[in-house]
Amino acid sequence: MTFSPQLEARFEKLLTSYPPGRQRSAMVPMLLYAQDEVGSITEELVEEVARRVGVTPMQVEEVLSYYSMLHRKPLGKYHVQICTNISCLLTGGAELWQHACRKLALGHKEVTADGQISLEEVECIGACSWAPALQVNYDFHHNVTPEKLDQLLDSLRKAQ
Amino acid sequence: MLYNPPSPLETRILSRRFGLPNSASLDTYLATDGYKAFKKALEMKPEDIIEEVKVSNLRGRGGAGFPVGMKWSFVPRNSPKPKYIVVNADESEPATCKDRLLMEYDPHQLIEGMLIAGLSVDARVGYIYVRGEYRYLIEILDKAIAEAYAKGYLGKNLLGSNFSFDAYTHTGAGAYECGEESALLESLEGKRGIPRIRPPFPAVVGAFQCPTILNNVESISAVPPIIRDGGAAFAALGVPKAGGTKLTCLTGHVNKPGVYELPLGFPVDKMINEVGGGIRSGKKLKAFIPGGSSCPVLTAAECEGLTMDYDAMAKKKTMLGSGGVVIMDEDTCMVKVALRIMRFYAHESCGWCIPCREGTAWIRKILTRFHDGMGRRDDINLLGDLAKNMLGRTFCPLGDAAALPTISIVEKFREEFEAHLDGKPCPYERELVTA
Repeated sequence: MTFSPQLEARFEKLLTSYPPGRQRSAMVPMLLYAQDEVGSITEELVEEVARRVGVTPMQVEEVLSYYSMLHRKPLGKYHVQICTNISCLLTGGAELWQHACRKLALGHKEVTADGQISLEEVECIGACSWAPALQVNYDFHHNVTPEKLDQLLDSLRKAQ
Repeated sequence: MLYNPPSPLETRILSRRFGLPNSASLDTYLATDGYKAFKKALEMKPEDIIEEVKVSNLRGRGGAGFPVGMKWSFVPRNSPKPKYIVVNADESEPATCKDRLLMEYDPHQLIEGMLIAGLSVDARVGYIYVRGEYRYLIEILDKAIAEAYAKGYLGKNLLGSNFSFDAYTHTGAGAYECGEESALLESLEGKRGIPRIRPPFPAVVGAFQCPTILNNVESISAVPPIIRDGGAAFAALGVPKAGGTKLTCLTGHVNKPGVYELPLGFPVDKMINEVGGGIRSGKKLKAFIPGGSSCPVLTAAECEGLTMDYDAMAKKKTMLGSGGVVIMDEDTCMVKVALRIMRFYAHESCGWCIPCREGTAWIRKILTRFHDGMGRRDDINLLGDLAKNMLGRTFCPLGDAAALPTISIVEKFREEFEAHLDGKPCPYERELVTA
């Protein structure tokens, strides 16, 4: 597989970040960084990462199924992750989640037909004092109101 | 820009650089006593560094509260194996959002803490294990690490000494359980984050099967101020058995939610009403979680006269935990709270230990049914029984973390469960609709 020069540089650094013979440690970071570029964990990617860290594809499969941020199917270009855990629940997170589901006509881990937006109800993302909160890909949005969520979703629909 | 305005009631030791211009830069760090503690530590004997940390009465800030100096002293310094420093930045205990700020605003303080920890046990390599969702923090930390290498605070023969140290970030990929130290080490080794049987503890057999110091971000960030100003000064800020300050995350129904650095032993009442500006809409306090969703819940009456420290919380049969405070007002449905907490633990259970895998799933099912108005009277006791059968019967603390809040809510708010019986809708949701 060919990756961007930035990702190749990241891989190279990861493979030298661990003690000799411990390249397996780079597996999960490599999968996550590659997923950001490729869109999902493909069969081909599993084999590529396995080869690079020196394990079998089965060993990669076994590990990746444990981590909730690693996914086999492509998500939307903008992955909207709404937290409904305790601090967000108390401040309207569950209502935001329902609002987003209705507005986009999507459920948990579903993607719009054009592949632009996907939705996920997530566990605590560490934004509890500025709740309710959500993440679009890796960007945090704090103190979200239904109005702010509407504006955000409208802008994501049009975003390039 | 800060996420929330600071409070005049704070004692800002670890957070002293929060809000300074370019607070994450090496220049700002050096201009504000940065790396002075490391210079001092280079002149100290390793056992004296550990002694200073012991004197500070610093206790683990990730949730367990174990004395940090004692943990360091368990590392066999003369072992022929390499030793490692691992920082737990997997902050994922619900209601906890403090380590984020320490990494965002003051990454060099964390790096300096790792260096000093490295000196104390002769470790030459450190890893910061950051939860996957905190990608922007990995970028900030990587930048700070690069700056430190460029200016000779990381790398070979630091400041002309024979001490060398390399630091790396390592991203997680979404797993609460990896915040538990032995699961974190498995994850760092490129495996599923299944906890290890202990003993041996990580101090002896840790990262890559070698002796390891493993501490939370806040614990390691406290080390530079301790070495710089002395352990006794840090200890004096807190209470006799727990020194220093605690970054406390006020969340839930409070007027001024935010992360505040408060001395240990700070009164709960003052924290809610003065630091936090009181309960929203002038409502009354119903329930209180001191440090993340795995702590037993306290009632408003139990909070009277209570202070924020490890021993005071232990006397109330709860924990200071991670500092993730949840404040719940009189309109909160405690069945719903119990359900949401259990949904989380059921989602995060790795399935390795049967009591946890089955217990969390069954309690979630029963609570779901209960909240929907289809609960049976027997269910109330059944919930408590299921939870008690998880306690102490799992490898890692996730089973206890799920059981403890459930048991406390069932015992202390039994009448709320009864109010959901006989097909009655949730009394609190009805109130919301008519309001």
